[in-house]
Amino acid sequence: MNIWILYVMVLVYLLITVYLGYKGWKATKCSEDYMVAGRNSPPYIMAMSYGATFISTSAIVGFGGTAGLFGMGLLWLTFFNIFLGIFVAFILFGKRTRKMGHNLNALTFPDLLGKRFESRFIQAFSGLVIFFGMPLYAAVVLIGGARFLETTLAIEFNIALLIFSVIVAAYVVWGGLKGVMYTDAMQGTIMLVGMVFLLAMTYSHLGGITAAHQALTNMASLVPENLAQTGHLGWTAMPALGSPWWWTLVSTLVLGVGVGVLAMPQLVVRFMTVRSSRELNRAVLVGGIFILMMTGVAFTVGALSNVFFLQEDGKIAIAMAAGNADSIIPLYVNQAMPEWFVYLFLLTLMAAGMSTLSSQIHTQGTAIGRDFYENLKRSEGGSSLLVTRIGVMIAIVIAVVLGYVLPESIIARGTAIFFGLCASAFLSMYAAALFWRRATREGAIAGLLTGTFMSVFWLVFVHQKESQALGIAKMLLGRDVLITQMPWPVVDPIVVAFPLALVATVVVSLITKPPEDKHLEKCFRGVK
Amino acid sequence: MLGISDPWIWGVYVLCLLSTLLCVIYGALKWNYGWEQEREEISEELAWEKSEDELEQRLGL
Repeated sequence: MNIWILYVMVLVYLLITVYLGYKGWKATKCSEDYMVAGRNSPPYIMAMSYGATFISTSAIVGFGGTAGLFGMGLLWLTFFNIFLGIFVAFILFGKRTRKMGHNLNALTFPDLLGKRFESRFIQAFSGLVIFFGMPLYAAVVLIGGARFLETTLAIEFNIALLIFSVIVAAYVVWGGLKGVMYTDAMQGTIMLVGMVFLLAMTYSHLGGITAAHQALTNMASLVPENLAQTGHLGWTAMPALGSPWWWTLVSTLVLGVGVGVLAMPQLVVRFMTVRSSRELNRAVLVGGIFILMMTGVAFTVGALSNVFFLQEDGKIAIAMAAGNADSIIPLYVNQAMPEWFVYLFLLTLMAAGMSTLSSQIHTQGTAIGRDFYENLKRSEGGSSLLVTRIGVMIAIVIAVVLGYVLPESIIARGTAIFFGLCASAFLSMYAAALFWRRATREGAIAGLLTGTFMSVFWLVFVHQKESQALGIAKMLLGRDVLITQMPWPVVDPIVVAFPLALVATVVVSLITKPPEDKHLEKCFRGVK
Repeated sequence: MLGISDPWIWGVYVLCLLSTLLCVIYGALKWNYGWEQEREEISEELAWEKSEDELEQRLGL
């Protein structure tokens, strides 16, 4: 490998990033002119910046690798991502969030919920859930980038993780780049170009679309015995209905992440920064294509990597990756693609990691500084800067430490845990805030607490993968899970916690005093 | 179909393409929808963004 090509590419990329960051920074100095003039800026720029925040290394490396293990059934998640994450999220949730956020002058997701339900507790508690939950998601985004560096540069994973963390942290700390559309848009564009090439080269290498799928279908007999026993029926077939493999795919990966995207704090805030409803309509067009090209391509290519590895090395993908699903995509790209593409893909992942992590860190900072500290202190300024800085530092350290201690094949699962937690804790309250005037403060709190604590309880005592790793259930109960009867140990928390939270929100709202009309008028002014 | 025998899989493959098409058609049809309120919406957004700038400066983000 000619490492100098990589150095030059990274340098050019960083220079462009700095230039665009400077350009954006200068433009925002005269915010008013910029906003009005920017009205005519191409919707492409705006939609790309959404996409770059949406999609991280986790989606490409983690879930792509998981598709190498599970097969194309993971495309159900792509469908959810496009239909719920773009169409429903932008049109139904986005427009209302934008209007209500402006009516209430809410600056963060917990701020919006707190003001809508006139509750400091909701804001503070939601802030804490985000602050403590998000490092797990940040950690798996770091792992995604580091796994690719590890394979590409043939270095130790621990060193790769450190390098990737330092590059991304430098970008985030350098500041001023967050929310600057041009930088995000460039990162989105690099991601798009990278994934288009990846798809085209994979299909052409394997003889075309139908031939590639057929070759994968023909491999069903090669599913390892231990996977077949848990319900794996091949890479172009859904797992056996009700099997552990089916529950993991459907409840954890597809529902957890697919539904969770509606209540992701860093994405909800994006709706409030959109200039107009017209921009949201336009963003649906580009956003739909972008998500298809990111997750659709990653999952298809991940599954098809099995055909490539069988032809080249006589092994299936997960065997090539020595059992670590997180290494499948890095291995495939390094082995199947030309050198220049490997480096382009590395930039793609850096871009994906940077844009997502910077928004994660921003969200954590506001969660601890504004939603928790300023909110409880009931005043602004003063020591909130210090609290935020320390909070962000702690969050970064936790994320990096988690990156070192988390096991293999963790990226998709870690992402799903955080997305599932957000859906369970926030979604019923958030949907009620936007669509149900009768929802009360008490109802919202009931839903928030039910969803949060049920999720945590389920992870600690019922869902085997986590309860076994945590060991708390073993210590207290003498066994890994509370309920040993199938399918409970493989049922994801979201399946139980989200419906319960929804019921709690509705029932408690109906038996408590409705909110005042005056407040509702303020919240819903101009909401159609 | 498409070299895939399980209808749940080729079905979702097609569904992904159709849902993208839905996004494209919706976005194209509504490309200019709502331009009448845009001026007012932009000024609302501007006021909001100013508050956000203040928050960011206060928190050092």
